[in-house]
Amino acid sequence: MQESVGTKGLIFNEPLLWEKGSKGRSGFSLPRRDVDSFPVDEELCGDGPDFPDLGETDVVRHFTRLSQWNFSVDSGMYPLGSCTMKYNPKTNERQAALPGFGGAHPLLPAELSQGVLQIMYELERYLGEITGLPAVTLQPAAGAHGELTGMLIFYAYHQSKGSKRSKIIIPDTAHGTNPASATLCGYKSIPVKSDENGVLAPADVAAVMDDDTAGIMVTNPNTLGLFEDNIQEVSKIVHDHGGLVYADGANMNAVMGIVNMADSGVDVLHLNLHKTFATPHGGGGPGSGPVCVTPELERFLPSPRVIEKDGKYRLSEDYPDSVGKIHAFYGNFGVQIKAYAYIRTMGAANLKKASQLAVLNANYIKAALKDTYYLPYNRPCMHECVFNDKFLSDFKVSTLDVAKRLMEYGFHPPTVYFPLVVAGAIMIEPTETECKQDIDMFIDAMKAIAREARENPELLHEAPTTPKVRRLDEITAARKPCLSG
Amino acid sequence: MRYLPHTQEEIAAMLQTAGIADLDDLFANVPKECRRSAPLNLPEPLTEWELNDHVGALADRNATAPDYKVYLGAGSYDHFIPASVSFLLGRGEFSTAYTPYQPEISQGTLHAIYEYQSLVCRLLGMDVANASMYDGASGLAEALLMALRITRKTKVAVSRAIHPLYRRVVQTYLTPTGYEIIELPYLENGRTDLSSIENRDDLAAVAVQSPNFFGCIEDLQSISDTVHSTPKRLLVTSFSEPLAYGLLKSPGMLGADIACGEGQSFGIPRSFGGPGLGMFAVKKAYMRKMPGRLIGQTKDIDGNRGFVLTLAAREQHIRREKATSNICSNQGLCATNAVMYMASLGGTGIRELARLNHDKAHYLQNELDKAGFAAPFASPFFNEFVVRFPDNFEKTYNQLIAKKIVAGLPLASYYPELADHYLLCATETASREDLDNLVKEVRSCKNQ
Ligand SMILES: Cc1ncc(COP(=O)(O)O)c(C=O)c1O
Repeated sequence: MQESVGTKGLIFNEPLLWEKGSKGRSGFSLPRRDVDSFPVDEELCGDGPDFPDLGETDVVRHFTRLSQWNFSVDSGMYPLGSCTMKYNPKTNERQAALPGFGGAHPLLPAELSQGVLQIMYELERYLGEITGLPAVTLQPAAGAHGELTGMLIFYAYHQSKGSKRSKIIIPDTAHGTNPASATLCGYKSIPVKSDENGVLAPADVAAVMDDDTAGIMVTNPNTLGLFEDNIQEVSKIVHDHGGLVYADGANMNAVMGIVNMADSGVDVLHLNLHKTFATPHGGGGPGSGPVCVTPELERFLPSPRVIEKDGKYRLSEDYPDSVGKIHAFYGNFGVQIKAYAYIRTMGAANLKKASQLAVLNANYIKAALKDTYYLPYNRPCMHECVFNDKFLSDFKVSTLDVAKRLMEYGFHPPTVYFPLVVAGAIMIEPTETECKQDIDMFIDAMKAIAREARENPELLHEAPTTPKVRRLDEITAARKPCLSG
Repeated sequence: MRYLPHTQEEIAAMLQTAGIADLDDLFANVPKECRRSAPLNLPEPLTEWELNDHVGALADRNATAPDYKVYLGAGSYDHFIPASVSFLLGRGEFSTAYTPYQPEISQGTLHAIYEYQSLVCRLLGMDVANASMYDGASGLAEALLMALRITRKTKVAVSRAIHPLYRRVVQTYLTPTGYEIIELPYLENGRTDLSSIENRDDLAAVAVQSPNFFGCIEDLQSISDTVHSTPKRLLVTSFSEPLAYGLLKSPGMLGADIACGEGQSFGIPRSFGGPGLGMFAVKKAYMRKMPGRLIGQTKDIDGNRGFVLTLAAREQHIRREKATSNICSNQGLCATNAVMYMASLGGTGIRELARLNHDKAHYLQNELDKAGFAAPFASPFFNEFVVRFPDNFEKTYNQLIAKKIVAGLPLASYYPELADHYLLCATETASREDLDNLVKEVRSCKNQ
């Protein structure tokens, strides 16, 4: 085995902001005062917030040191299942930071924001083409926000038919945001179990689908990394009862240029630009969760919408059936530019290739590790594969221990304990931007850890010892919350 | 393709290990009927250098400083952003990490967001701030939903002087669950009129914005007294310009139960309205009812200080359909951006900068007043205010656009009763010369 990429480095201690600095210090070049002071109503005036005063050097060192305590895609392989932690191209950052975008005010008259509107218009068309669902809104700020938008569209659709349905079918493999989004729209979640193959069985859906059910939310490929191969039949059952089919497209990275979601029976789908379309996740956002729908549902999309006439773009509010607005302005435009730049850089053939390689990488890992870790669903997978810790339980080693030890080998752990249908799940999504050598090192590390689990489990229980901090007391954090200082 | 590292030989070797014949065979499980028959119809790929030209040309087709003088606020503000902040934010260790699920190797994000939560609490005078919402509008909607959950009532009152676009988002969020929104009118002075709801006990919350959409600073103390004179009514205060709290008493100090708003002003580019930052903070009593991620301080097994995501029992990944919100990814990097900016300003800096914003806007208002353009609302304001321009000012407005000046936001489409009223904003970025020029141009058009 090659030398591990995980190692010790010089890591700085750094206090909290208010534990440093000196009153009167400044890290900001205060603009020249060229106007007189005007009196302020004393009644309304406070003392100003108690922020620490820091110099520019203080601030730069502070956040540089903090950044060094983070693992990131830029530092190493980040096979976090369901999250598509692919490489985030640097040129996209450059495009989004252009002053002509960064400085654009959202309420400028249309003739003063043609470049912005053109990008939004074209991006909508590209996403419509990629999914097969041609009508698109870019307003949702993240995946869950897209789900809420989708549920609002379900609600508006049924209302337009004069009905108000009360339930929604959600498979047990679904991400937690699915039922939570349904609840926000007043829908009661009706869970269905996936079958022994890890996918939805039409009969199980038929058993719960009725005329009071608004539709179904399916993730496809699902969170076990499996393609829902009964999707058409499932869709038909739902449609026959007047319901709609929502697809959580978080896993679209597996099937670009391969699957047509509309042909699969999907009516509404959200994408995560911060997954499939290579925009960085920012340590928790900002993301972007566009929603794509069939032509029949277009009239319900959030407004305003970008329209084009004779090469001129403008925003139109003329959508009386629209669900309304779900963002103050038009969503996370700064993120949309990055996805636009990505699609323009990749083109059709490379997007398809990206999906093929994402699936290849996952199947390669699955094959290489299936004798080492238990594989609850031993079927060809899509972009991710899900193992668990069954082979390790004899040694009192858990998924969590494997995850923590993996850090010491220089890898971000996979997603763990999700999906909930697999006890002790280890969900690995390598993405297409990882090369064979790095994947081989990851496989070697996983094998080495399984060996250590048998021979020296303490190594795993003690891990990690190399990062800035070791395992943290999460129970006390929740029992006696200390949320600000 | 530089983002796809596989060589032909590597692909062949990997296929062999996986026991798969070729790349198409990887999708054998996908039913034929679900497959695309034709390749994707997308533009030909661009090289890095072609992309620069293409996107650069699009960027040039938007009106931005310094070419244009744009006196627009209305929820998106022009403030100077220190190079140090942009530089730090560009560090891939922050930007290319995921939500900090593995705390040992995410302390950078966790520590920074904990600091963000802390400074937001100090700014707003609140006890607990979350790690962010999508924006000011969705934050307000979630605040109202939270109040409805806490009080188990079905109605909320929302001031008409709250940003009209925020109110539309609130409407969207509340529609399917059937909660009722009662609109509070504004007074002649531009502040909210609470007289219609003084003693109503069926309201879960009363929401106002300060400074409000017209720029007027609300009398939060007396609003709070009125709202709280009836039990189980929450005061929700919104804002779109947090810099005002560098100068003004904080909403928490004046009795807000939930303070939420847009944090874009704190070092985040306007970027056509997003990504911004939904700031969201509550009084301690409501901590476990709030939406969104929370970072807490704790210790590791060696006793060293560290930070973790906490109180997850409220959240979708644990509670699923019973969660306090569906939010998962938020605006984390924007929160990091804001804390870097707040740290750069410091307590001394934020006060001086707020004061300067106040004075620039007052200078402009004063000069316009002298030139005969009245301010219809007499209430105190921070860095934006409403002006009543002469009838049919629209023509002048368009003439000014030709001169690369955007003379505020016309209010008629948001408030039909405010024809020829414009909302103008002046921040620290506007020089006195610019402001004098604006007044001169407006006046010369008037004299035409
Ligand atoms: C399958 C799935 N659905 C939905 C989401 C929610 O997306 P977001 O975090 O952008 O709201 C995620 C991501 O965490 C996911 O993996």
